Amino acid sequence: MKRYAYAATAALALFAATASIAQQGPVPIVGLVELSGTGATAGTNFDNGVKLAVKEINAAGGIMGRKIEYTAMDTQSQPNVAKGLAQKAVDQNAYVVMGPVFSGSIIVSMAETKRAEIPNFTGGEAANITTQGNPYIFRTSFTQSTAMPKLAKYIKDTVKAKNVAMIWVNNDFGKGGRDAMQKALDAVGVKVVADVPTDPGQVDFSGAVLKVKQSNADAVFVYTNEEESARALRELKKQGYDKPIIGETTLTGQKVIELAGESANGALAHVGLTVDAPQPAIKAFDDKFQKEYKYKSDHNGMKGYSAMYVVKAITEKNKSFDPKAFAKAMHGATILVKDYPGVLLDVTFDNNGDLDRESFLVKVENGKQVVTATLPPAAAK
Amino acid sequence: MGDLVQLLVSGTATGAIYALAALGFTLLWQASGTINFAQGEFVMLPAFGMLFCIAFGAPLWLAFLLTCLAAMLVLGVGFKRVIVDPLIKHGVIPLVIATLGLSIGLKQLVKAGYSAEAHPFPSPFPAGQWSIAGVQISYADLGTLVIAGLIVYGLQTFLNRTVTGRAMQACAQNTDAAKVLGIDVKRMVLYVFLINAVLAVVAALLVTPTYLAKFDMGDSIGQKAFFAAIIGGFNQTRGALLGGVLIGVLENVVGFYVSPAYKEGVALVLFLLVILFRPEGLLGKAEERKV
Repeated sequence: MKRYAYAATAALALFAATASIAQQGPVPIVGLVELSGTGATAGTNFDNGVKLAVKEINAAGGIMGRKIEYTAMDTQSQPNVAKGLAQKAVDQNAYVVMGPVFSGSIIVSMAETKRAEIPNFTGGEAANITTQGNPYIFRTSFTQSTAMPKLAKYIKDTVKAKNVAMIWVNNDFGKGGRDAMQKALDAVGVKVVADVPTDPGQVDFSGAVLKVKQSNADAVFVYTNEEESARALRELKKQGYDKPIIGETTLTGQKVIELAGESANGALAHVGLTVDAPQPAIKAFDDKFQKEYKYKSDHNGMKGYSAMYVVKAITEKNKSFDPKAFAKAMHGATILVKDYPGVLLDVTFDNNGDLDRESFLVKVENGKQVVTATLPPAAAK
Repeated sequence: MGDLVQLLVSGTATGAIYALAALGFTLLWQASGTINFAQGEFVMLPAFGMLFCIAFGAPLWLAFLLTCLAAMLVLGVGFKRVIVDPLIKHGVIPLVIATLGLSIGLKQLVKAGYSAEAHPFPSPFPAGQWSIAGVQISYADLGTLVIAGLIVYGLQTFLNRTVTGRAMQACAQNTDAAKVLGIDVKRMVLYVFLINAVLAVVAALLVTPTYLAKFDMGDSIGQKAFFAAIIGGFNQTRGALLGGVLIGVLENVVGFYVSPAYKEGVALVLFLLVILFRPEGLLGKAEERKV
């Protein structure tokens, strides 16, 4: 009997030791990112942002002494692939899942991470991502219903447009943005006189721009993904469009400016994150990112980078690697730049997983984003 | 009315680019019985070739000329010697499969070297527009039309008015008879591959400023060019031109007057209609083959 007791004790000790080693091993974090397909620009930037943050955090000793083991998987910008990969991330016991960036993908894939009770950060901006009662979903950027009212007010008060034409991409991201913008414009009394949907990956915008010109609107609002934004800007320039061109975040992104060249000059946008913002933490990020990747990050790179630091901050606050406790602590959390410079801007998360922080109005001048105004967080009003 | 004219001009310009790639399809088919399903990638590769030259400081015109030379060597001679010559004796199917494989291989190669992201490409034409009678036509559309038109006209003249061109046509019509007449069939076939390579570089120069240089940019071009060749008539070079322009114009008109959502389906619908009611193509001639 005594022999059995010794054996059981030894087995328990061995099990405890193994568990302890597992606790001390690297923390698995999985990225579901658009590394090919129409979202390659957004996904690659997001992924690079995450990787840079992981590199820095690991170099500084990891999170509570544990290194992060980040694995990126390519969703090919396809929601069905993203869903399959989300299941794979669950199978790999991911502590946190980063991505996808595309709204259409996260809407499908987050069912898997929710079922497994794994916190999931997304770059998607579609309003309906965080209105489905999923306690494990968290944004890295504004929801469209936060961003569009700011932009609509800008269109009315600063651009002084009485009516606008809208070019939008016909996917979850575009449809959500179009609906939110329509609502926001209605609220401030600006009329939409041309509503022009375009296809994801569309290359020829001649017909769309012609419709905008025909509407004789005071300004055009362009809400498409990065490559399409560049093509739209090129076509607007090609057809001699001379009225204000306004967008939300993507239109004046670094990659769009690079792809559109001179055609991007003069474009105006409301952006949640920009490397051209005057904040010291953002300047530091810009320097580090350029040193690492030899190009300037767009807002997606900043989303990935700051989200990784949010993971560090919340985990250290919880003092554990429990995904459920993580998700719980995220709701209502405020993380300050003075404590964690990697979050780039002071940020607060609400109970839906939406975030609030400062934002910026920018104009493209000589191929660069110039910040024309810093807007306070929505809650500060 | 002004809108329609603008749509027609812009659609013709886009269609002319499809036609250049479609011409390659028809020429290769006529001369060597080759169906090249990597034709779209034959347009994508020179786009990156030109970007490569530009990265080393070459102006666009020099990059274009250098890429033409490289394309004749790789996409012309190389493609013929390495893929077509060894496989053509086994029939069309192995060659079709090989070109499909080549298409995937070229895309992955470029993706590995240049990433999956799009890259900006300089326009050979200045920004701005030309206004005439209330219709505004961009220099880019006008330039594309002129260049593509000149290329097609020059090619037609070469094929119909020169001894070499006629010899190439003779090879396309009947290889055995051409041999009996003393025509160097192998050389003529090689010329066709070289012409196809140059057409691909011109198409790349014209289309990439709009499409942006991306590893999968050839998917859409290759598909449209194939449809254009079938619609116009796979055995007629003039047919490729007609098919390309028809697709370009109808896409623009449908996108504007019906809905942009149906735009991408235009080529497919035309293709189906032609296959059902006139399988030889609008300008094609019915061919009979012994089996």
